[in-house]
Amino acid sequence: MLIGAIIAGIVFGLYYTLVGLGLNLVFGVMRIVNLAHGDFLMLGGIAAWWLFTTLGLHPLASAGLVIVVFVLVGLPLYYLVVPRLLRSRDSEMLSLILFFGLSQMIEAVTTIGLGATERSLPPRLLGVGPIILFGTRLPKAWIFSAVASAIAVLLVYLYLYRTRLGTLTRAVMVSRDEALATGIDVNFVSAVAFGISIALAGVAGVFAPFILGSITPNMGVAINITAFAVIVVGTLGNPLGTLLGGIIYGVSLMLMQTYLSSWANLLPNLLLIAVLLVRPEGILGRRVRRA
Amino acid sequence: MRNTRIRRIVLDTGIAAAVVIAMGVARGVYSNELMLFNFIIFLALAQGLNIIYGFTGYLPFGYVGFYGAGAYGFALVVMHLHAPALIGMAAAGVAALVLAVILLPLLRLSGAYFAIASMAAAQAVYEIVANPDLEDITKGPYGVSLADVFAPAFSYYTALAILAATLLLVVWLRNSRFGMSLQAIRDDSISAAMAGVSVVRGRTIAWLLSALIAGLVGGVFAWHISVFYPDTAFDLSVSIFATVFLLFGGATTLCGPLLGVFILYGIYNVIGIAVPQYFQFTYGALIVLLVLFLPNGLVSLLTSRGIRVP
Repeated sequence: MLIGAIIAGIVFGLYYTLVGLGLNLVFGVMRIVNLAHGDFLMLGGIAAWWLFTTLGLHPLASAGLVIVVFVLVGLPLYYLVVPRLLRSRDSEMLSLILFFGLSQMIEAVTTIGLGATERSLPPRLLGVGPIILFGTRLPKAWIFSAVASAIAVLLVYLYLYRTRLGTLTRAVMVSRDEALATGIDVNFVSAVAFGISIALAGVAGVFAPFILGSITPNMGVAINITAFAVIVVGTLGNPLGTLLGGIIYGVSLMLMQTYLSSWANLLPNLLLIAVLLVRPEGILGRRVRRA
Repeated sequence: MRNTRIRRIVLDTGIAAAVVIAMGVARGVYSNELMLFNFIIFLALAQGLNIIYGFTGYLPFGYVGFYGAGAYGFALVVMHLHAPALIGMAAAGVAALVLAVILLPLLRLSGAYFAIASMAAAQAVYEIVANPDLEDITKGPYGVSLADVFAPAFSYYTALAILAATLLLVVWLRNSRFGMSLQAIRDDSISAAMAGVSVVRGRTIAWLLSALIAGLVGGVFAWHISVFYPDTAFDLSVSIFATVFLLFGGATTLCGPLLGVFILYGIYNVIGIAVPQYFQFTYGALIVLLVLFLPNGLVSLLTSRGIRVP
């Protein structure tokens, strides 16, 4: 049972990495918190559901489509909102409020358009029957989602460390002002990061029906807390730390569900508070916090 | 100099008194008592949040945690000890203060970290209260019923008294040495500390006062409503509403949060009840526009021109 919980935890952890990664990218590059992250995830899930029920599209195809569309949504959204936000006195704090407003708008529009019902996709879409890993039976849909998440994480890594734009992105992460002074088009770099972040949320949303069970218009807040827990445990602003954070989160969630199931929902909250208090810079982090 | 200060205090107190009297008279004139009660609740919560955000710069997204702790503090004492309602109110205040003391270390965090951590803390308290394993104590997710102490008029005027005390507290903070020192801490804690202001003490007092108000408001809510669920007592939208009202009007002032509640909650009661999503959308859009174009609230239209707003 212990081994089973750990294996399932790692599988889930890869998925949670995907959930948190976009949020962390935005925080790292722009020092703002996108509280609408969970709602973009929800929209990705709705898109996958809609594409499947009307066109019969396979989730994998939906994921590709969602990436393209969400990047295209993210770029103008960045230029519309973020540069103005970053000029304000306390942009980190105000970003929480601004994106909360955006999240409310998204939630309201989705509820008006589609109603508040739960939506799900049949798990058999991603393969029938279990896969046996080290003696643990796991649904194929889980493995599939975990592998897709791992690929997305790998692609983000390659983008950040193997492309020119990625190098510029990391420069902006280190210091926005110095990057600007060296002649980097900070706004363009940030806009691309923002687009990628939203696309990552969308992809996570496509696989959400398989991992989380269903999609509802008001799931955003809970997802945000989870995503925040994951990236804080990892390290804010460090995309690789997110992988560690995701796996720690996934494994501890599975252990809680196995041994103390009725208290499992407490976990993201307690983990978040504990890490913030004991090691606010995250497990891999250098000191970034100004107290 | 001394005269202007006295004039300011009189003006601030006058505004506070006018609001309290208006809400007291309104109950006799207007029949929808629950709506008026909710106005009082949000007037008090927005001002309670004002004390911690307006004066110290900490924005607790999980402010509702204290409200819920107060509601359940009241409910537990009344349910299990069959105590009278006023003892329940004391328990509500104590419950919120205990939670605030437990969460004191969160004040070491700043900015977004603090906001999110406090939200997680409120969620954690909710998960504990609503846990089916604790059904014998808290009734878990199935909600509590407090019909024994149901007293609509008494609880209404108790809520009004809490509002009055809260408003006077804000008046005092705006005009006292302690309030000034809090604002100095908010603007630059290191300089304030060098000028001899006790930073930790100031923040702690503001945090406890703010939590106490939310706890008492939660307690009186439990008393007046008498049947509620953990989902209502820990509804995150309570924090959010209070935050938006506060920011819309303008923090650190007395009038700002009052205006925010009267205008926005007024609109909510006109258009929001029938189709909440339309209101939710308008609300979200308003927040976005507010942050982008008027980050210091309605009162900044005047204060930025050098006019003092009470």
